[in-house]
Amino acid sequence: MLKLDKVSKTYKTGDKALHNACFEVPAGQVVGLIGPSGAGKSTLIRCINRLVEPTQGSITLGDTELTGLNRRELRRARRRIGMIFQEYALVERLTVMENVLSGRLGYVPAWRSYLRKFSPDDIAQAFSLLDRVGLADHYNKRADALSGGQRQRVGIARALEQNPELLLVDEPTASLDPKTSRQIMRLIRTACQERNLPAIINIHDVMLAQQFSDRIIGLKAGDIVFDGAPDALTDEVLTTIYGDEDWTQLRGDNGEQSTDPEAPAVDLAEGV
Amino acid sequence: MALEPVAQSYPTRWKRPPVLLTHPLWRKIILLGGLVYLVLAIQTVEVDWQRVYLGLERGWRFVQGFLVPDFTSRWNDIYAGLMESLTMTVTSTVAGILISVPIGIGAARNLAPAPVYLACRGIITVSRSFQEVIIAILLVAMFGFGPFAGFLTLAFATIGFLSKLLAEEIEDCDRSQIEAIRATGASWWQVVNYAVQPQVMPRLVGLSLYRLDINFRESAVIGIVGAGGIGATLNTAIDRYEYDSAGAVLIIIIAIVLVVEYSSSYIRRWVQ
Repeated sequence: MLKLDKVSKTYKTGDKALHNACFEVPAGQVVGLIGPSGAGKSTLIRCINRLVEPTQGSITLGDTELTGLNRRELRRARRRIGMIFQEYALVERLTVMENVLSGRLGYVPAWRSYLRKFSPDDIAQAFSLLDRVGLADHYNKRADALSGGQRQRVGIARALEQNPELLLVDEPTASLDPKTSRQIMRLIRTACQERNLPAIINIHDVMLAQQFSDRIIGLKAGDIVFDGAPDALTDEVLTTIYGDEDWTQLRGDNGEQSTDPEAPAVDLAEGV
Repeated sequence: MALEPVAQSYPTRWKRPPVLLTHPLWRKIILLGGLVYLVLAIQTVEVDWQRVYLGLERGWRFVQGFLVPDFTSRWNDIYAGLMESLTMTVTSTVAGILISVPIGIGAARNLAPAPVYLACRGIITVSRSFQEVIIAILLVAMFGFGPFAGFLTLAFATIGFLSKLLAEEIEDCDRSQIEAIRATGASWWQVVNYAVQPQVMPRLVGLSLYRLDINFRESAVIGIVGAGGIGATLNTAIDRYEYDSAGAVLIIIIAIVLVVEYSSSYIRRWVQ
């Protein structure tokens, strides 16, 4: 379980990116974090694994208070938190396998990782995850030889290879086409359900967020302005978060594509 | 947005506005001033035409020597000088690379803490502030004539060159890849090994080969001030007015630089 208590972040430039964020995420819950660009979504999820240092407040994962940790303890805490990135953030010149195995770096001494001598369990898990995301045959390809959707699948496998207790997902679909976006979101969603894994997904696409999350948190200029079920996301709420727009029409445009969110996972290898 | 129904006439001519000297009058004054300076400066150049004539004759003899190079009569000297130069080049490049990699990592702002950064930048600045010939004169005075002084000179110069460019390459690395590896709980060494090394490796190989090329050419120059190698042979040949042997040395230098150039572009394509 993740708990944020009055977390604030003010950048050195004086920009208040986040202001008194308070919420809890129980195990297995998928939270969609929405809001306009610059609302603090990225800052919020990066504060949790302290890629960005929060200026105030406390963040607790399980029994660990994350904000007070020293460097060594922070590394130990980070390996419990998987992260999936916008634009994939794979190491492009490494192979797919190395990218997935890099999820184990926090558990492996530097000399072993340097020699790529990972334990048989780690390697077996990496193969099974690659199979799970539909990339079983691609393990020796270089990451930059893959398509966008395939790269994000590797990104997901890397995060899951950590056996995380929490998944932080930063704009997973920002550079993907609508169909691949859906596949990726479905993959993340089912992975969370299988492992009872909580996730915070920072996402621009409101319709995708509604379809694939259990709960929506809306951010505006660093403040949480909405926290509730996806169904409660009415036009008025969207207007508070994003400003005036013809939301009903937007929904209509997207409505025909949307499928049942609870539908069983489709063939995950499709579109590979 | 509806388009204007009335046809409005738009300008058909456009010129890029001047970036510097936006004021037209100042632009004219400064251009005119530059022209006046150029005329005056050319008038101060005194050319001793008689000396030029004498030099032409000597130059012509040099060209003749170059056209009919004599590889045989001084072959033993040339061979010894060449071997010395090549040994100097290879050893100094290898030693230089081994020392510059840690210094380059230390001089990258995104990897090193401030004191290390400043120390490494200091080393680079010292190494870069003197031209090879000056270092060679100093080291020849310290260690005596011969290739050891040359080796030290080239290794020292290599450190400044490679560390600086490597540090800049590391600073230009894709930050998201570093962030992603850091987020898995990886230690500093693991971040360097998994996120930075794959990104900078092709460039490091390319720069090292380029430096090998530079070191060979420099070994000919510093030989003239007493640091051994083919430069010493060349110097002796010119001092003895043996332009045919000097021509042979120059042709060999050109050939070796060509070989290094072609092989380095081949190797660089191979490590991409």
